[in-house]
Amino acid sequence: MHRPLIAAALATSLCAPFAAHANEAGEAAVKARQSLMTLIAYNLGPMAQMAQGRVDYDAEVAQAAADNLYTLTRHSQERLWPEGTAHGIFEGTAARPEIWQNLEEFSNLYATLQGAAATMQGAAGDGLQALQGALGDVGGACRSCHDDFRVSD
Amino acid sequence: MRRIGWLVLIAASLGALLWWLARPSDLPDATRAALDAHRPDPAHGERIFWATGCAGCHAPPDLDSGAPPEARLVLSGGRRLESPFGTFVAPNVSPDPVNGIGDWSLHDFARAMLRGVSPEGAHYYPAFPYTSYLRARPEDVADLWAFWQTLPAVETPSAAHELPFPFTIRSGLGIWKFLNMNEDFVFPGDGAAPVMRGRYLVEALGHCAECHTPRNLAGGLDVGRWMAGAPNPSGDGRIPRIPDPSWSAEDIEAYLFSGFTPDFDVVGGSMADVVQHMAQLPAEDRAAIAAYLRALVE
Repeated sequence: MHRPLIAAALATSLCAPFAAHANEAGEAAVKARQSLMTLIAYNLGPMAQMAQGRVDYDAEVAQAAADNLYTLTRHSQERLWPEGTAHGIFEGTAARPEIWQNLEEFSNLYATLQGAAATMQGAAGDGLQALQGALGDVGGACRSCHDDFRVSD
Repeated sequence: MRRIGWLVLIAASLGALLWWLARPSDLPDATRAALDAHRPDPAHGERIFWATGCAGCHAPPDLDSGAPPEARLVLSGGRRLESPFGTFVAPNVSPDPVNGIGDWSLHDFARAMLRGVSPEGAHYYPAFPYTSYLRARPEDVADLWAFWQTLPAVETPSAAHELPFPFTIRSGLGIWKFLNMNEDFVFPGDGAAPVMRGRYLVEALGHCAECHTPRNLAGGLDVGRWMAGAPNPSGDGRIPRIPDPSWSAEDIEAYLFSGFTPDFDVVGGSMADVVQHMAQLPAEDRAAIAAYLRALVE
């Protein structure tokens, strides 16, 4: 008579460890992708400040930041976005569920950023104007993805 | 019998009062005179266009956030604005005479912007931010209309709003407008030129408060919590308080031009379009907006 109840209880107790496991994996992925974003922003900093005229242009500093940006954008996205880590179903992320519904568009936008970062690597040491030009495309790549796939804060 | 007569009379006068309060208002004579006396300057009208952010709602829905300014001059409408009262669909306001507003007069345009009333005398929904635009100078509205004449006409028909009853009854908006239309500026300001210019750009043209100030249950702006941040009407996340007290005036200016925050995060969401518009303004206007916002926290 209570068999369905017992089955349900059993199923729940069996699944719980897996759920906890999935949660830990999700947390690690969210932390990793947010760290990558932080590092990207950290390296955009000196370049953007030069482009905005808030600090003097310095070819060496700009080049080093652009090299870092290039390297950071080579990080593969594969393990950073596990299913179930969207805003609304997972705590502490601004990643919109639309990412998982449009994975192709999402990866195309990342490819755009990778291209812009490569251009930037070639331009950053070539004077302020070259840096400003390339930064526009990097910023544009960030924006077009944030526009569609990040929750407003 | 006599008492019933009085009750009917009182009810009738209350009804008449409500009707009178809710009627679509016309432009004041002084505004009409100012519109007629002004020699319109379309170049200045373009500056007003970017400050008012008309393209933020009326540009095509599939426009990429990185789209160039020219693409933002196509006012075909079609963007959807979700709200607790239903979904508003921005209409075609291009100069097309059939599907847009090409057959309007300057007075029609000014009445829409400053009074929220259509040429046919119907109330517009406040998704059209006339509660901010009503503070705009008539001369600027005339310049904007002159610039409007240079924009491409688009034939896309406007789609209907998707609203549940009773929000479908536009005459009810009259009461809402009576309660929420206030020409006075919210922030007194210090009288210094950049702050006052910034106040005009933010409170009248830029209509920043429409998203950044929370609303009361009736959907009116809670001016007591001016720019305090609000839930995002389109569902996810929150619209932040502005300014972030840790941002300097220089930070705000740089953000409005480039979309980079002081931490070099990059703007997204509907603010990405706003930054694209703001970037078209002369630097002094962005500096004025920054001065005003800093004055709010200082």
